[in-house]
Amino acid sequence: MTNIGSYDERVKNFSWSIAEKELDYKDGNIINIGWYCSDRICEQGKGDKTALYHEGFTGEQRKYTFNDIRLAGNTIGNFLRKLGIENEDRVCLFMDKIPELYLSFLGVLKIGAIVQPLFSAFGDESLYVRLENAGTKAIITQRKHAGKVRKIIDRLPDLEHIIIVDQKKDKALKEKEVAFNLTEEEPVEKIDIYPTKADSPSVLHYTSGTTGQPKGVRHVHYSLISQYLTTKWVLDLKDDDIYWCTADPGWVTGTSYGIIGPWSLGVTQCVLDKGFSADSWYKFIDKYKVTMWYSAPTAIRSLMKAGEELVKKHDLSSLRQLASVGEPLNAEAVIWSEKVFGMPFLDTYWQTETGCMMICNYPGMKVKPGSMGKPFPGIEGVVLDPKSYEPITEPGQAGLIAFKPGWPSMMTTYWNNEEKYKEKFVNGWYLAGDRSTIDKEGYFWFIGRDDDVINTGGHLVSPFEVESALIEHEAVAESAVVSKPDEVNMEVVKAFITLKPGYEVNDDLELSVMNFIRKKLSPLAMPQEIEYVENLPKTRSGKIMRRILHAKEWGEEIGDTSTLEDD
Amino acid sequence: MENIKDLVLEYVINEYQEDEDDEITYDTPLISSGFVDSFSMVSLKVFLEKKFDISIPDEEATPEAFDSVNKIVDLVNDYREKK
Repeated sequence: MTNIGSYDERVKNFSWSIAEKELDYKDGNIINIGWYCSDRICEQGKGDKTALYHEGFTGEQRKYTFNDIRLAGNTIGNFLRKLGIENEDRVCLFMDKIPELYLSFLGVLKIGAIVQPLFSAFGDESLYVRLENAGTKAIITQRKHAGKVRKIIDRLPDLEHIIIVDQKKDKALKEKEVAFNLTEEEPVEKIDIYPTKADSPSVLHYTSGTTGQPKGVRHVHYSLISQYLTTKWVLDLKDDDIYWCTADPGWVTGTSYGIIGPWSLGVTQCVLDKGFSADSWYKFIDKYKVTMWYSAPTAIRSLMKAGEELVKKHDLSSLRQLASVGEPLNAEAVIWSEKVFGMPFLDTYWQTETGCMMICNYPGMKVKPGSMGKPFPGIEGVVLDPKSYEPITEPGQAGLIAFKPGWPSMMTTYWNNEEKYKEKFVNGWYLAGDRSTIDKEGYFWFIGRDDDVINTGGHLVSPFEVESALIEHEAVAESAVVSKPDEVNMEVVKAFITLKPGYEVNDDLELSVMNFIRKKLSPLAMPQEIEYVENLPKTRSGKIMRRILHAKEWGEEIGDTSTLEDD
Repeated sequence: MENIKDLVLEYVINEYQEDEDDEITYDTPLISSGFVDSFSMVSLKVFLEKKFDISIPDEEATPEAFDSVNKIVDLVNDYREKK
């Protein structure tokens, strides 16, 4: 029996109070995600249950019970308080997928501060714009990433503390740095949990847009309600499950469903902090007897490439449920997983801004390979006419994916950018920025984004951000960045570049430009291909027409070029 | 041979080592240890192709084949011989 039971019945009888009751929450109560994910589970008598199996890239294994993560959260929270961190201060987590990342998440929330998780592969400029925008007061990081913080610290007057979790004793600390080694700290048994309420800010995730700098998506503690219920109903997590979410908590999946969802349900999860290889992933599933696996299309397509024979070399019989997120899961991958694992990857659709799954395929519901599925019960999802912004009722007609606001984990604003936040709403609908159709049975079918943002391997990259960084390279005069198709990552970054006088195309230049962006922004943003051009297509007013370059890459019709500048 | 190994090692250290306390040797796992991620492999492949004047097919540029300097050198040598 699945947790959701009949999807149709759930839709008919839905209320978010189902989750509120299960979590013993009433309107106006204190609601603190850090407490719900650790202390509450211990109070239920599960303190000795394993919360986290962790394996590092060297093979080192660590295990934490729910009581361990409760104590670790207290200890970290206490340490932050002693440093002067107060409620609603922003604390950035800038770490690989090490245990301290997961434990710090709880500690920061317990004291009412706001967690700002950032992907540890970000370069110094990507880090800078996000810390500057958030006015971040402290950053918790590893020795290996501290160098990036040191490069930008002088430009960040609000940043008071750089907390290094693995500092070597014989190495000197630099300006504003403080060492904090969790294993050497006396565990703090009790801490005053900050009395956060439903609308108290909890997590600040950054996401990229077409124009402008990245936006800080602000979530609140009440998000727990929908993250808890979607985890329970879509991922179908049960008390004896061993759950593996492969996402990095630098991104929203890694926090909503890599920390909050499973731990608020008291479910054991495991984490592998190691680069991808199909063999090591299958070994991990076998070793920890993973039952529920939540991954991403890029990884699934890489597994497909590694072949079926490799699957047969491992005992994967523990698996009972698979799901996917990050970008549309192609039908071939769904069919392949049914054949190879005996069950399909259930595709889920949602965004940083929505905070929880919105359109999903559910355990027990008919899967149409390639479809996004249907809206979660309680979520009103439609496609809107792009001109009138009215819902399209005719099946199969393309429109803009939109949701009726009001679900618990909806973002509450873009940090310091209320104007952009308001632009996301039209005619009383939240616009997701994607296009799809809905078939006559109510299944959504993804078409594409409604803007120029590049979705590479399930991560959004702003062409504007890459273009801005490119022109800081000494040889680059102008640039235009678009996506190009990629078998594994769906899309990758491609840059069109014009060079400054005196520079010539040569072997070293391409590599120099690639590494410049990789270090400055991130490996995700690094152009996987660079094309040198004499001129970029522009409108008569001088705006670069990315649309034309995009169409060329994807073999699409170029469309209206009447505004194109004459050469 | 040693020259190729040293050139690759030097490049990897210069481009991917973030913590000077980390030691990268000829056998250090690069991909599985997180020094080099799958996106960054593309620039590493470009380096190898330009530096050694070879062409490595995408299907051969796997995380396994790029997982240490020694493995990379084996791959480079294979394609230098095929030239």
